[in-house]
Amino acid sequence: MTATIVPASTTQAAPVRRSARPIPTARLVKVELRKMFNTRSGFWMLVSIGVLSVIATGAVIIFAPDSDVTYGTFVSAIGLPMSVILPMIAILAVTSEWSQRSGLTTFTLVPSRGRVVGAKAIATVLVGLGSVAVAFAVGAVGNLAGSALAGLDTVWDVSLSTAPQIVLGDLVGMAIGFTLGVVLRASAPAIVGYFVVSLVLPGILELLALVREWFLDLQPWIDWNYTQVKLFEGATNTGEEWAMLGSTTTIWIVIPLAIGLLSLRRSEVK
Amino acid sequence: MIAVESLTRRYAGFTAVDDVSFTAQSGRVTGFLGPNGAGKSTTMRVMVGLTAPTSGSATIDGVRFADLPNPGLEVGVLLDASAQHAGRTGREILTIASDTMGLPRARVDEMIELVSLTPTEAKRRVRNYSLGMRQRLGIATALLGDPRVLILDEPANGLDPAGIRWMRDLLTGFARQGGTVLLSSHLLHEIEVIADDLVVIGNGKIVASGTKEELLAAAGTLARSTSPRDLAHALEQAGIPSTIAGDGSVRTDADPARVGAVALTAGIALTELRSAEGAGLEDMFLSLTADTQREGVAA
Repeated sequence: MTATIVPASTTQAAPVRRSARPIPTARLVKVELRKMFNTRSGFWMLVSIGVLSVIATGAVIIFAPDSDVTYGTFVSAIGLPMSVILPMIAILAVTSEWSQRSGLTTFTLVPSRGRVVGAKAIATVLVGLGSVAVAFAVGAVGNLAGSALAGLDTVWDVSLSTAPQIVLGDLVGMAIGFTLGVVLRASAPAIVGYFVVSLVLPGILELLALVREWFLDLQPWIDWNYTQVKLFEGATNTGEEWAMLGSTTTIWIVIPLAIGLLSLRRSEVK
Repeated sequence: MIAVESLTRRYAGFTAVDDVSFTAQSGRVTGFLGPNGAGKSTTMRVMVGLTAPTSGSATIDGVRFADLPNPGLEVGVLLDASAQHAGRTGREILTIASDTMGLPRARVDEMIELVSLTPTEAKRRVRNYSLGMRQRLGIATALLGDPRVLILDEPANGLDPAGIRWMRDLLTGFARQGGTVLLSSHLLHEIEVIADDLVVIGNGKIVASGTKEELLAAAGTLARSTSPRDLAHALEQAGIPSTIAGDGSVRTDADPARVGAVALTAGIALTELRSAEGAGLEDMFLSLTADTQREGVAA
């Protein structure tokens, strides 16, 4: 059915079209970064990274035996809480658009959802890098203070080849969270999902490897936790180990992310 | 100008929007009416690219919304005032939108002032906002980019009487300056006061559209007598279909002169006889959408 309204009198000519320029990606990334931390939950996530880094450092200084007061101990102590919080930040960066329904505005201002998600991904990586830098810095301060308090020589035992692997390990965790966010598009299920794939799944795969011998060789190729832990230990060195990381990344990140993105671009934002 | 052409949106098992076409002209306020679930919001979501149409198109000055380089500068959209991150302050929500569009920050303060939110309120988180405050914030977001087109879904919802008056003046002024306004509302009085053109939708289909004057004029004749039943019977005998409304008035599409003549012939004393044009939008709305009303209102 067609119905066209013809105004009784067209008093005004159509206004001249303004030549709007496309929104640059750098601006989108800046906006997404701001959005990650200008909510109450985002703010406390950020604060908790700092606070937990300091608590973990303090705990090492107080409780670690003298032989363990080394940079490596500090870095891994700080890395533990961070490896949990960073994926949460990645999840919420994506899912809040749906769970909090702010996507209605976001995707109206930027109709290209792929670009928005891309900007979120870049912002997430930047936050990851920044947080790990904080971890390394706080760890260094802790190491200096800890060894001075205990009257020990300061031991710097995180090699230059290990540090990037730790960074990569954190980014893998964030990527898993981001992927879950894109696929599930709801905060609570994505967070639960993250704990399932990071806490429950490794146990099941471990058990499977114990009872089924054929799976033992296969496990490093499909268990992303296994390859992530190797990264945190700085133990991904051979070509085969990197291939294993590539394999788990493809299975748990690349493929689901691609499928999730396809459905996200077509889905209805309500 | 907004042009909707043969727009259809199907979901598994039902058609929410069925071959809808209409235009909203610049310089005019177009009211978009329909009962709950008639397809108003779906149509508006398709217009701004949040929902993909099954077929058909919606364009803003000839361009698909999704193809606009920086849509916020051209189209102001308010679909659901509650669709905001509850943990964000009102000011932050405006700041994000303003940054996305690449506007100076001063624009945020201007908008907060324009929609009469106090600076203290702007610093509060949206979780603590009343519906009316959210609505004001949503209108501020829509107006932020100084757009030429406004698409507003139920913008008067939750506003206090002063707010409704303010909104009315705002939209009328916007249209007078050449802007296009499409607004949906179920507050018929509001639409009646503000709209120049009307589009009425029921069950996903357009049931009427035109200027407000045209549509309201088409409402026929209203007559009253001490015995409405006799009057209706006399009209029927004369081949004029009529209905008896709940208030005892008799309505028909025939013009008043004919109704008067029939009454005279039948010897029925009329207590009131007039063109039903003053019957207003509510009667028109209810009769047009009678088939699609949940309550099955008799037209």
